[in-house]
Amino acid sequence: MTNSDINRLKDKAFQAFGIFCTFIGLVVLGIFLFDIILEGVQRIDWDFLTTLPSRRASRAGILTAWVGTVWILVLTTLIAFPLGVSAGVYLEEYSRKNKLNNFLEINIANLAGVPSIIYGLLGLEIFVRQMRLGNSLLAGALTLSLLILPIIIVTTREAIKAVPRSIRDGSYALGASQWQTIWNQVLPASFGGILTGIILALSRAVGEAAPLIVIGALAYVPFTPASPLDEFTVLPIQIFNWTSRPQGAFQTNAAAAIIILLIITFLLNGIAVYLRNRQQKKIKW
Amino acid sequence: MRVSEKIIEGLLWLSAVITILITIGIIWVLLSEAIGFFRVVSLVDFLTEKEWTPLFADKKFGIAPLVAGTLLTTAIAIAVALPIGLTIAIYLNEYAHAGMRQVVKPMLEVLATIPTVVYGFFALTVVTPFLQTLIPRLAGFNALSAGMVMGIMIIPMISSLSEDAISAVPRSLREAAYGMGSTRLQTAFGVMVPAASSGIVVSVILAISRAVGETMIVAVAAGQQPRLTLNPLVPIETITTYIVQVSLGDVPQGSLEYKTIFAAGITLFIFTFALNNLSFWIKKKYQEKYD
Repeated sequence: MTNSDINRLKDKAFQAFGIFCTFIGLVVLGIFLFDIILEGVQRIDWDFLTTLPSRRASRAGILTAWVGTVWILVLTTLIAFPLGVSAGVYLEEYSRKNKLNNFLEINIANLAGVPSIIYGLLGLEIFVRQMRLGNSLLAGALTLSLLILPIIIVTTREAIKAVPRSIRDGSYALGASQWQTIWNQVLPASFGGILTGIILALSRAVGEAAPLIVIGALAYVPFTPASPLDEFTVLPIQIFNWTSRPQGAFQTNAAAAIIILLIITFLLNGIAVYLRNRQQKKIKW
Repeated sequence: MRVSEKIIEGLLWLSAVITILITIGIIWVLLSEAIGFFRVVSLVDFLTEKEWTPLFADKKFGIAPLVAGTLLTTAIAIAVALPIGLTIAIYLNEYAHAGMRQVVKPMLEVLATIPTVVYGFFALTVVTPFLQTLIPRLAGFNALSAGMVMGIMIIPMISSLSEDAISAVPRSLREAAYGMGSTRLQTAFGVMVPAASSGIVVSVILAISRAVGETMIVAVAAGQQPRLTLNPLVPIETITTYIVQVSLGDVPQGSLEYKTIFAAGITLFIFTFALNNLSFWIKKKYQEKYD
């Protein structure tokens, strides 16, 4: 066998290895989803979704958990959406190159890399203790808002950056002010991209358990929250609680709750991908 | 008109500046509580003591076992994710058709969108029992399966950032290598990977930072026994798991046990902050510029 034959063989071998690596993660994911569905799907029924938690595995439901998750999603959106988009607009449209703005950008990149549990410690001290919000939905939503703020800012900036200069120039030529241009031209044109970013950020928030455990969200809440100042639990914490119990029946409950959580996560991601694709097809500058 | 324009600009500026307040808030909260902790426990004990038992009667405050647990699970995760992630990046760039790349990349991203508590369930109920059939000595909670599952989770992080780095290398370099008679494999490892090395290193550092701060997988599957060991088969405890463990119990606010989570938190923050800034620095300094 000549040298070049050997090299060609190595090349083919690596190609096979590459295909193997590319699919191993997906295969593992497939096995996992299959296992979860097999274990959990027969546990899901109307009662499971509409009953309160219980010490008896067969009677426990996830009503408080999913209601808490929905509350958290709505409150987090209300807080993080205006804040993140405003910051993104400022950095992209107003900020001039100076030291403060340079620092702002580095800082946001840094915040995106801070572990979520550290945000939990921040929320515990500032919202739970200093602002005396207690272990409430509002404290949880504020904490998660800070966590997803960097994601929203970065995606907002990218969406705004994609709006061509000519649209702004056209607006200025008609006598519009800078804010009128942003409000009437730039934001509507980039809205699809901004929305995609928000939904992706929310899909991140919906799966977070660690920061909410740190701020004191409970595993067992006997009633559904009725106001933002009520105590709460969310699906990931309920799953964590059931997973850490030794009895098999609770593991089945955990699997069933995971199916619900994954449906929510995939739904949010699916909407985001759909919006992005539609946006890319619709607009040709 | 002018005044309202200025007011709006001011409001937008304010929301941007909030991000700086978040950073200041994090550092202030961690420091102020940790200083209270270090008034009672000396920094030397914290760094040199070999046991971490703040919740027991005989209290020892050595962070080393928690750091060892964190580094052990991180090392296992990177050992899984780096070879697989880098191979995927090379394969998609040098071998796969453009159509396949468009299908595979978003599918891999799905791995990164699954909530981490779900991965924890997977590690505890599927991976550990499976590994126990191969390694009978493996404990029910262990660093090995938590680390491996964490590795699967961060594959897309390494593969997509490395892929971006490799595809930024200009075509002319690849064609020059082919022109010299190289195979695709030789081109990949002789030309493309070295040319993209700074981007690949950045992807690995960010993956390490992510693994160090990962909480739910290790909290579910790696155990709650702080132990100064590199044995992946026994229960350990990471920094993040300790914070969760204390948060779930009823430790009174303001007590020394309560302050330990901030001492642990600031250790974690220093690790991830250093790693993130190292990656920014490498990106800025070593990124190859092609015209």
